[in-house]
Amino acid sequence: MNAQLKPREFPLPSSVKVISGTERAQAAYPYHIQFSKADDQKFWFYNSMHFPEPMSAFDMVTAEAAYCALGAANTRVHCLPTTLGIDHRIINGRVYIGGNAVTDPEEIARRTGEFQKRAFYYYENWESLYAQWKQKMLKLIEDAKALPDPVLPEFEPLEHVRAGRGIASNHDLLVTYQKTLEGYFRMWHHHFEFLLLGYGAYLTFFGFCKKAFPEITDQTIARMVAGIDAEIFRPDDELRRLARCAVELEVDAHFREGASVEEVMRSLRASGEPGRRWLEELAASREPWFNINVGDGFYHYHRSWNDDLSMPFAAIPGYARRVRAGEPMDRQVDKLREERGRLIADYRELLENDEERAAYDQMIGLAHRVFPYVEGHKFYCEHWYTNLFFNKIRSFGGLLAAHGFFAGAEDVFHLTHYELEAAIIDLMNAWSTGSPPRGPAYWPPLVAERRAAIKEWARHETPPALGPIPDVIDDPAIVMLWGITRESLDNWLSAGAATDSNEVRGFAASSGVVEGIARIVMSVEEISRLQQGDILVCHVTNPTWTPIFQKIRAAVSDIGGSMSHAAIVAREYGLPAVVGTGNATSKIKDGQRIRVDGGRGIVTLLH
Amino acid sequence: MPAAQYISWFRDIGLDDRPKVGGKGASLGELHRAGIKVPPGFVVRTEAFEGFIDTLERRAPVRARVEGLAAEGLEGMAAVSRELRTRIEEAALPPDLQLEIRDAYGRLGEPQVPPAVAVRSSATTEDAADASFAGLQDTYLWVTQADSLIAKIRSCWASLYSLESLSYRRRQGIAESAVAMAVVVQTMVDARTAGVMFTRSPLSGDRSVITIEAAWGLGSALVSGEVTPDRWVVGKITGEISVRNISDKAIRHAQSPAGGVEELAVEDSVRREPCLTDEELQSLRAIGRQIERHYGRPQDIEWAIDRHSREIMLLQSRPETVWSNKDQAASAAKVSDPLLHVMKIFGGQR
Repeated sequence: MNAQLKPREFPLPSSVKVISGTERAQAAYPYHIQFSKADDQKFWFYNSMHFPEPMSAFDMVTAEAAYCALGAANTRVHCLPTTLGIDHRIINGRVYIGGNAVTDPEEIARRTGEFQKRAFYYYENWESLYAQWKQKMLKLIEDAKALPDPVLPEFEPLEHVRAGRGIASNHDLLVTYQKTLEGYFRMWHHHFEFLLLGYGAYLTFFGFCKKAFPEITDQTIARMVAGIDAEIFRPDDELRRLARCAVELEVDAHFREGASVEEVMRSLRASGEPGRRWLEELAASREPWFNINVGDGFYHYHRSWNDDLSMPFAAIPGYARRVRAGEPMDRQVDKLREERGRLIADYRELLENDEERAAYDQMIGLAHRVFPYVEGHKFYCEHWYTNLFFNKIRSFGGLLAAHGFFAGAEDVFHLTHYELEAAIIDLMNAWSTGSPPRGPAYWPPLVAERRAAIKEWARHETPPALGPIPDVIDDPAIVMLWGITRESLDNWLSAGAATDSNEVRGFAASSGVVEGIARIVMSVEEISRLQQGDILVCHVTNPTWTPIFQKIRAAVSDIGGSMSHAAIVAREYGLPAVVGTGNATSKIKDGQRIRVDGGRGIVTLLH
Repeated sequence: MPAAQYISWFRDIGLDDRPKVGGKGASLGELHRAGIKVPPGFVVRTEAFEGFIDTLERRAPVRARVEGLAAEGLEGMAAVSRELRTRIEEAALPPDLQLEIRDAYGRLGEPQVPPAVAVRSSATTEDAADASFAGLQDTYLWVTQADSLIAKIRSCWASLYSLESLSYRRRQGIAESAVAMAVVVQTMVDARTAGVMFTRSPLSGDRSVITIEAAWGLGSALVSGEVTPDRWVVGKITGEISVRNISDKAIRHAQSPAGGVEELAVEDSVRREPCLTDEELQSLRAIGRQIERHYGRPQDIEWAIDRHSREIMLLQSRPETVWSNKDQAASAAKVSDPLLHVMKIFGGQR
């Protein structure tokens, strides 16, 4: 068919229309992240990896803060030679991003000099800088925890007056809010302090392996590098520990399928000493290890295990059964380490000569050096800190709701952070003047409108990319963080042409072949639909869904590479996984029987 | 019977014996020594060939006829080829050699049951040329009589004077005095499945994967290209099976009741079924790794799985030459500062 041979193109940003009826919700995003005519000159792609669902007005802060920090690290701090930062725009709630490549050879040379003075210092002093980083993060977390809950007493407390404090409680609201926001922006700077350098060292080794062993699978390289003691494994470790405790204390029977968290807690408390002792163990695990989100932490509704114990509690019966059955359950750290060592040695032996082996040793040494950060930072940044942040905003939502601004605390997330500051100042003013605040009349219709807009946006597909297609994509930041290359663009463009195929292809993330029923899980709220033995099909696999990996037989995702945490966890659980398929959630039907071949990266639709 | 002058058993052969037993023979002996299962057999050494040719030379020149040929003179070459092949095929083998062959052949089988053997030429030319050269010589399968064995040995020798072989030698300027041929006589494997295994990817040169190609029945169907084999790519170290191409294998080669090999249709029920189990793939991988380690370089290996014992038998192993002879740029070299490696990613040096 000629029609299929025609080169296809992505639409220009200016041709993408705001969905009818949502124009005002779109206008809520600040001017600098709205598409303009000038943006037609540039190539953009939809960041569905980090922002797979339409962003509410407040959640946009994550894109703002993250790209502010990422760009600073690339452009000004480490001075990456061939790339600056990443621009972002939001349309219909979808975040599009575009890189800024440096192409002038003289400029690249100038930046290379700077880069080697800066980035090389980081590589050379990685361990001490990373130790210092952890201290900074823990301090930041302590500071966030120390921020008071926003309250407005009727009268200023007497002790404030007698202490001559001189500022009133309404001012505290502004201070707390601004510190909350400042802390979040600061956290993202910490997040990107090492990240690109870490990925770069890893990709250096990855590129070498692909050259030396052209047919090596990504997951094999990942297994040679993957860290073993990373913090991100701890929450799941803690769950297993708690399951073992429950069996030892003989309280595991209290975790009944279908029972609510409250019911389980009540029956544990009623069980006397053993129940009390288990709850003590639970409390010990919760801080800090239950500060893990059921998502990637980029959306306010990615609640932590601490906020909602139903996810960890749902995993305990399965683990407890395995303890009772005497099955091995702990992560076999020694075995993993030994296997990693063997892989490294065996591939080394296959290299052509000693020259290559020396280079291999240098590169893998560096990759191992950077990896604790690459895997470890997520717990501190995307999980722990993000929970504190969104919960603090939620408490502002509660205060405003109590003053009639909203029907409920969650409504606060339909205001941008700029608007939220205005609403807080409105309340501060009203409290001080004694007049009623203006917000209760102003915000509820806007919130309703924006909530409807998000629902509407979620119903529409959005183009995977916009604007002129570049000949090559050589921007290390784009390639590293999103795995986007010219080939993947061509795949996106041809995705429509091959709709009759009964195959979905992606990265081979974890070996093994299984057949089963596909369960499409588009967001964390739908996780409970998964039945024992289902195959999880989702947009982005998420490591913090780890406990459900004991329930499923395989995992398939639209987005993600072989180093995504889900791929790592799938390998640890020995579950087949195919990630980065692009379109599994749209091609596979819920309840459909599929075969997942994780070693080849192929999902076959059986009927 | 006096000690054998002209034949050597596999167990007595190693790589060093190559000049006298040829590449194929030496490799089979070496594999046997390395503890790899090889169907039992012996080699008719080059001395037998040389003695035979010397006898012919006494009647009329042989080597000089070849050396007198111009590399381009195809017509003249064809005439010389015909003449020399006829002379070889029609000459009798010396009686003492015949006796040694008949005796060794008898020992391969059970009493009263003549064994079925494969007769393969085993050339002694240099390594690099061997891979291409080996393909030019003949192999005879399922030979079940001593008389016929002797005839096939002579045919192997004669194949050294085929038009293809002669023109190859003239083009390469190989001296005729350096040309000799040993012949391998090896018990046939009644193969359920047979195939080849490359311990270095023929497609990419990757040393970390083993490519296995196989079809039902004897390996000859696959080697001759009459059937599209199933194809797997297996991680040499991980055992991960990254490619499984199962083809429609319409025919297979089997022993013909009349002697030799016949082509049979494959039953519909198994035509599109994989001809190896995952377990067998893993066993092949282990054997491939062992052989490669033994030789210290990638190998091309022929093997068969015995229909009855289900054992994997090695028929041949030779060094991989295509990729090894390429001048490949190193994937990377050691650098004074290990950090400079990251410039490949950050410096736009890809």
